Amino acid sequence: MAAEEQGAGLTFHPMDQFNVTPLFGGDELNFYTVSNAALWMALAVLAATLLFVMGTRGRAIIPTRIQSIAELAYGFVHKMVEDVAGADALKFFPYIFTLFLFIVFSNFLGLLPMAFTPTSHIAVTAVLAMAVFLTVTIVGFVKHGVGFLGLFWVSSAPLALRPILALIEVISYFVRPVSHSIRLAGNMMAGHAVIKVFAAFAPLILISGIGIAVTPLSIIAITAMYGLEILVAFIQAYVFTILTCVYLKDALHPAH
Amino acid sequence: MEGDIVQMGAYIGAGLACMGMGGAAVGVGNVAGNFLSGALRNPSAAAGQTATLFIGIAFAEALGIFSFLVALLLMFAV
Repeated sequence: MAAEEQGAGLTFHPMDQFNVTPLFGGDELNFYTVSNAALWMALAVLAATLLFVMGTRGRAIIPTRIQSIAELAYGFVHKMVEDVAGADALKFFPYIFTLFLFIVFSNFLGLLPMAFTPTSHIAVTAVLAMAVFLTVTIVGFVKHGVGFLGLFWVSSAPLALRPILALIEVISYFVRPVSHSIRLAGNMMAGHAVIKVFAAFAPLILISGIGIAVTPLSIIAITAMYGLEILVAFIQAYVFTILTCVYLKDALHPAH
Repeated sequence: MEGDIVQMGAYIGAGLACMGMGGAAVGVGNVAGNFLSGALRNPSAAAGQTATLFIGIAFAEALGIFSFLVALLLMFAV
């Protein structure tokens, strides 16, 4: 938008990287079209599968490097589920671990130059978050029946206050999938957009005089942002997973 | 002069939405600062609370992300 009006400098739009385009020609996107989003999601699944197929093949007492990584990831999420959601939530460990691996590999593969980040799209993260929301709600009702509604009825509060609190609790319960998905997508999108905005300032040295000052600064800024993005890529996967555990804990132990 | 007053309003609104960033910064800083002051008083209990720290940061940060979303909607959707 602003890029075309400015003329000099920004030759591409920082949001262009989020365009979903078909890989093999054509313009129209159908549900079966192989797009760049599908490619990078498949790569994330492939990477996660490879890590664990390669990592568990040897099963040596003294682990190889790849086995150490696989064990580290497994132990990390296993401990998280046990600590946050309780031991009876370990039934859901495979699901939570799958979520974690998919998000962490999507985030990290999306940091490669020219890559596409599937998790920067609300469409992708909304499906993940809605799946978590539906799972948690169904588990809550199956395990506790109507007693699950006790989650909204704060029995420790004064009676006059409880209907108001119940309303707030219901609203906050239904906002969960929204904030859950937008947090991940927003973080990934914002970080990548900032990197591309700084990248657009880097070639200014070729065009105008002030570029001599701006170009080194923008290159330093890209490097720093990239370092931060590596951190954010992991932390957002961690946060998504740990919030899934928190929601699961609410479903398994709804007592207020 | 191109564009119209609606587009101008959208751009101004997108800029105003950036103020939400300040709120998120205060919130995240508050969470992390309080965690640190608690952790320095009782370092042995700090390790067990990092998960809570990240949950708190995530909740505070989500509202900053919402303002980013509003800016994006104003720029590209309205």
